[in-house]
Amino acid sequence: MSEKNDLRLSGTADKPVSDLEAFAEPPAVTVEGSGGQSPWRLAARRLRKRRFALFMGAVFVLLVLVMAAAPLWAEHVAHTSPNENHLSDQIDVGGEKINVVGLDGVPIGPTWRGEFFLGADGNGRDVAVRLLYGGRNSLIIGLSAALITLLLGLTTGLLAGYFRGWTDSFLSRIMDILWAFPVILLGIALGTSLALGGLKLGPVSISGGSLAIPIFVIAIVYIPYLARPIRGEVLSLREKEFVEAARAQGMGPFRLIHSEILPNVVSTGLVFFPLLVANAILLEAALSFLGAGVQPPEPSWGTMIDEGVARIVTAPALAIVPGMMIVITVLSLNVFGEAVRDALDPRAKVRIEH
Amino acid sequence: MALFALKRLGSMILVLFAVSVLTFLIFNVLPSGDPAVRMAGKQPTETQIEAIRVEWGFDQPIYVQYEKTMQNMFSGDMISYFNQLNVVEEIWKGVPRTFALAIGAAIIWMAFAIALGVWSAMRAGGVSDGMLNVFALIGISMPVFWLGALMNQYLGFELTQILGFELFPNGGYVEFSVSPFEWFHHLLLPWFALSVLFIGFYSRVLRANILETMDEDYVRTARAKGLSERRVMLSHVLRNSMISVVTLWGLDFAVVVGGGAILTETVFNLQGVGQYAADAIGQLDQPPIMAVTMFGAFFVVFFNALIDIVYAALDPRIRLQDGDTAL
Repeated sequence: MSEKNDLRLSGTADKPVSDLEAFAEPPAVTVEGSGGQSPWRLAARRLRKRRFALFMGAVFVLLVLVMAAAPLWAEHVAHTSPNENHLSDQIDVGGEKINVVGLDGVPIGPTWRGEFFLGADGNGRDVAVRLLYGGRNSLIIGLSAALITLLLGLTTGLLAGYFRGWTDSFLSRIMDILWAFPVILLGIALGTSLALGGLKLGPVSISGGSLAIPIFVIAIVYIPYLARPIRGEVLSLREKEFVEAARAQGMGPFRLIHSEILPNVVSTGLVFFPLLVANAILLEAALSFLGAGVQPPEPSWGTMIDEGVARIVTAPALAIVPGMMIVITVLSLNVFGEAVRDALDPRAKVRIEH
Repeated sequence: MALFALKRLGSMILVLFAVSVLTFLIFNVLPSGDPAVRMAGKQPTETQIEAIRVEWGFDQPIYVQYEKTMQNMFSGDMISYFNQLNVVEEIWKGVPRTFALAIGAAIIWMAFAIALGVWSAMRAGGVSDGMLNVFALIGISMPVFWLGALMNQYLGFELTQILGFELFPNGGYVEFSVSPFEWFHHLLLPWFALSVLFIGFYSRVLRANILETMDEDYVRTARAKGLSERRVMLSHVLRNSMISVVTLWGLDFAVVVGGGAILTETVFNLQGVGQYAADAIGQLDQPPIMAVTMFGAFFVVFFNALIDIVYAALDPRIRLQDGDTAL
């Protein structure tokens, strides 16, 4: 071990540090951190220096706010709803009546006004409204799925790593099996099966077209990607002196996990979260594109690309625009997520299969 | 070593069994819709549904159905619910196409990743490094099916209209035995579409590895003994930086063959294994999707076991891990 690591270890007085964190520090940051600050404040300070990453984080927040405002735009500006078709309607453009969908089947392009701001799709639906609602669906799915993965992945990793023995064998085998499936195929398998008849778990009944199904499917497939590294960290943490000390004081296993071990793995969870959201959004788009995610007519960026590709020759914007939205959203999360990783845990092995 | 390989294969078989059971359960227990009802078409009579149920064995206990399904799959007798085609034969038709796509893409993404990774590590902190970083991040943020669809449309279709000849074909697959040139020609766009994400990801990993390795003592030693910078870079830094990347390469190759290529195949209409499953989603035709899911997971599990055994053969330390000190 080199001197910089020793420095770092003694530098954080108020909170025990995991192996990963201890070995993680690049020298430049170590000197800055040796003043005895809390790791969180240190991370926040490092993050503040990443101007571009913060800007991209702000872009993501802005996207969330804009998508959340979808109903406002639909009701007060566009005066339509995402699934309402205007196939036989005409609109007034510069005193001229124009069909929303031309006789040749080509929908109108952007009007840059309230109604049909970005034009119409092949079914005469308002693209701008669908883009907002679709984005809302994509973000709801991405954020909820990542949150569920985070909770279940942390729980699984903590239990398997702390209790070892048969608990570990059992949970790890389940993770191995889930891990064996390529994520997209497991997503398709679960997505098609659940979309068929919905899900009935005791009193809870979810219909086949519900957003809860892609959320559930995506949350499940990513659990091993978080649970495995967490388990590894917990395995080494549980042998540390501070855990032993707590145990010797008579602390029960669950309180011990909660108050001694959890705080040391939370940073790994936080490092994963933005990247989980990004990948969940990409997986949702892929599943919806294939017909195993969000079910039509309900919009999502993935289903919109699917519908757009069918008309790419006559109305290419229908496929290009939702794709651009995905790229911007996922890019903002990836850039921000990378900075969060560098700030909290630069050596974290974050790897999520696409 | 032989014992290690045997143990690894033993655990592989257990995982394969569990994977097959889980896949079977996903398709036969989760959907509350009755496949017999869907197969009977619109407004079927109760007797028609019952007849289908008996014919396909849906009335049997679940473990009998599992046994029958596995038997059908391995003897090649599995039949699609909707077009009555043999599922196993259809998958075998797609296998060479999927492999052609995956192998070519893997070579391309590795070559580009090495070139770009070395380039940006040598210029770390510079303008070109920053630019490459941005491109890499954009690359890993793009949905591959969207990128593929746009490439197919603009480079495959519109560019042909403008140029008057096919620089890139507009999707489709040509058998190697029919025309090696057309085979290559038709795979070019799909190879690159599939590679973009991995080039972005691998070049970043490699760059970080190289920067880390350059700090190692043995690199300083190599420099101190007067080796040329080129020699140091190639035989000391790059060699050691490649280890984890090559491991990733094996794992990702397995995942791409096992199902990761599904979107690229579908967008470029290559008719590979993945597309076979994708086409079945629309009809909710379960046997093809189930068989392809098992095919994918089996391939991933098998290939991972293979990688482990090869690594153990190369590096004795691996054989001694996981408490197998007796080996």
